[in-house]
Amino acid sequence: MSGGGSLVGGVLVAGIQITAVAVGGPLLVGIMRKIRCRLEGRIGPPIHQPLLDLRKLFSKQRMRPEQSSWVFGVAPVVLVATSVLIAAMAPLATTRPPFGRTADFFAIVFVLLLGSVSLALAALDTGTPFGGMGSSRAMTIGALAEPALLVAILAMSIPAHTSNLPALVRIGLVHPQLIASPERILALVSFLVVILAESGRLPVDNPSTHLELTMIHEAMVLEYAGPDLGLVTLGESMRLALLLGLLVNLFAPWGIADRTGAAAFTIGLAALFAKVVLAGIGIATFEVFTAKLRLFRLPELLAGAFVLAVVAAVTALVVR
Amino acid sequence: MTTESPIEHLVTERPRRAVVQVAPDQLVDSAGALLAADYRLALVAAHDGEGPLRVVYLFVAGPPDQRIELHLAVHREQPQVPSLARLSFSAGRFEREMRDLFGIEPIGHPRARGLVLHQHWPPGWHPMRADAGPRPPMVDNADPYPFVDVEGPGVYEIPVGPVHAGLIEPGHFRFWVVGETIVKMKARLWFVHKGIERLFEGQEVTSALPLAERISGDSAVCHSLAFCLAVEEASRTEVPIRASELRAVLVELERLYNHVADVGAMCNDVGFGLANAHALTLREQLLRLNAEVTGHRLLRGAIIPGGASVRMLPRLDRLHEIGERFREIVGLARSNSIVMDRFTGTAVLSATQAEEIGVLGVVARASGLCHDARVTHPFIEPSEGFRPASRNGGDVLSRFLIRCDEVESSLALLEDFVTRDGPLSASGVRSTGPGAGHGTGMVEGWRGTVVHRIEVDPSGILRRVKIVDPSFMNWPALPEALVNTIVPDFPLANKSFNLSYAGNDL
Repeated sequence: MSGGGSLVGGVLVAGIQITAVAVGGPLLVGIMRKIRCRLEGRIGPPIHQPLLDLRKLFSKQRMRPEQSSWVFGVAPVVLVATSVLIAAMAPLATTRPPFGRTADFFAIVFVLLLGSVSLALAALDTGTPFGGMGSSRAMTIGALAEPALLVAILAMSIPAHTSNLPALVRIGLVHPQLIASPERILALVSFLVVILAESGRLPVDNPSTHLELTMIHEAMVLEYAGPDLGLVTLGESMRLALLLGLLVNLFAPWGIADRTGAAAFTIGLAALFAKVVLAGIGIATFEVFTAKLRLFRLPELLAGAFVLAVVAAVTALVVR
Repeated sequence: MTTESPIEHLVTERPRRAVVQVAPDQLVDSAGALLAADYRLALVAAHDGEGPLRVVYLFVAGPPDQRIELHLAVHREQPQVPSLARLSFSAGRFEREMRDLFGIEPIGHPRARGLVLHQHWPPGWHPMRADAGPRPPMVDNADPYPFVDVEGPGVYEIPVGPVHAGLIEPGHFRFWVVGETIVKMKARLWFVHKGIERLFEGQEVTSALPLAERISGDSAVCHSLAFCLAVEEASRTEVPIRASELRAVLVELERLYNHVADVGAMCNDVGFGLANAHALTLREQLLRLNAEVTGHRLLRGAIIPGGASVRMLPRLDRLHEIGERFREIVGLARSNSIVMDRFTGTAVLSATQAEEIGVLGVVARASGLCHDARVTHPFIEPSEGFRPASRNGGDVLSRFLIRCDEVESSLALLEDFVTRDGPLSASGVRSTGPGAGHGTGMVEGWRGTVVHRIEVDPSGILRRVKIVDPSFMNWPALPEALVNTIVPDFPLANKSFNLSYAGNDL
């Protein structure tokens, strides 16, 4: 059941995966920032700057808006907790993570999105206009992105006869021709758009803007400060790393450990790092040459992702 | 210069300069006749000296450069003027400013309420009055600002500022939105009243120059030049043509660095950081060029009353290089379909709206009006073939392209002026005879037409300086352009106007 074949092994695998995501997430953000800066002709902050920022935030005093309720304090914890949970049981470095049998793709993705919902609630909880504006926008985008994601997962599950995530990854490893199948490629594009939307990257949202009125994601977390903001930042970067980790393992599973044992797991971990960093560099490069879409054009983009996902699902049903 | 001739006579005669004393009952008709004859109201200044209060209305037209002043005496005991608000929107704003600062009541103004001074300022205290004295304490629990109530199903109110996330000046914006669409927007400004016009009073001309350079940090040249032009007119100083050439170089250098920064900033506001990064690099090169030319990155200290002096003039190859780099940045932006999509059709200010509000400069020229003081009120003949840029769209794209066009025309003007032979310093001599005692200076700064009107006594002490930054005229246009724009496009629209808070609120 577990990676090491034992409870100790399983806990070890989970622990290493969680640590990798918790440290790797901020590093990934740092790498993406660095790439962006370099491509724009700037030097940019060091790659480990997000980790330094986290250390700074966690050493600060806790400040919460006077009018806010417990929701405001719980939301960042939920965000990080969901990321930690997924980091433990998702097939990141190995196709045999602990509790792998329960790691249903649908469930995993929606546990991940639970974080977005809790942030939206927290933003409403503050009662500030920006919080309400941000939640409204984020939920609109979520409502458009999630159907696309659902159908994309469905399209991938049909040929594999399962929506179990480790099984989906393993099937790509065993039958590489499945990865090049039209439904997987269409689902990949759809999945990618959803990742950009859910993690607040360009062209959906501009993570580096200071303009309150254009913000989507940032508007929701404007009221956070100190350790709470640290949790939000950490949760966000973990989520980005997880989404990219799932993406690369679904569409390029090579290197992931398919056997138990420390050596295979180490190689799997290294492969994961390499693939996620490559994907991050790809997204950062794309961001340099794109701009932020007009808010009212986003439905078009996300509807496009949905259509691709539907086509993928239909192809999967017909091609068999 | 003072004549008693009726306005009709002036309108047909079209003198370069004229001063007309008007009685209160003639004011509205006179102003109406001037406005009908294509004059625009450039400035309204109240004065508190010896005798009764005075109000000066400056009407201008061009080309050729024509300026007519209407002078109106106002009773000190019952200070009131007939309002021109129904003839001209900007007149109404000048009157509200005058009402706050001088306590002169505009009779018949449809919205005679405070403009410059917020509610908590001591009531009945008018800081520009000669006998104002030190400021009484601010009122603790003043009435709240009378925002209009916008009601209806689904209307949501978003207050923003005055403290913003970015490094920008303070302004409070209130949006009433349905969904993301702006139904109405109100800008509440005037958080930075510094009493600059009062600071000028009693200073000598030369010691006031640094103050003129600091009215708005990014407009050091156009404000100091407008001030100097006004001083020169008041003291009848002949400015050598060489000094005017050097001044023209400085005005265009100022336009260049600001327009380059704006072009980058507009791209940045749609998340296209690449163009902004390059524009900022180019801006830095321009600032260093400014430092080489004048010794100051923001071009301070080069213009003096009667003359100008620089350390060097930019070489042609550097101007060409700047032009090439700029075209590259514009090319990046224009070839990006998302950027163009965001710019096109966003925050449209129609020509009619622009005309009625009386906007100036970049904003006016993007809406099809062709006010450009370099043509209408030139202090030097512009180069041959110079035409003010003009676009008709009135949207963000037009304002973006106008800036691109103007960078090109500035470079062309610079090329002409830096290749003319002459010394690096030139200065005129002040005439010994008594001057007119008052003068106006008009300069097409990078934002639009800057107007200064000064009064100076025979010993060279400034008695009154009235400053009009184009931002004062343009701010009311922003809410108009925003109707039916969506909230996330506001920062972009605002940036495309790029109005000054400091220049607006003196």
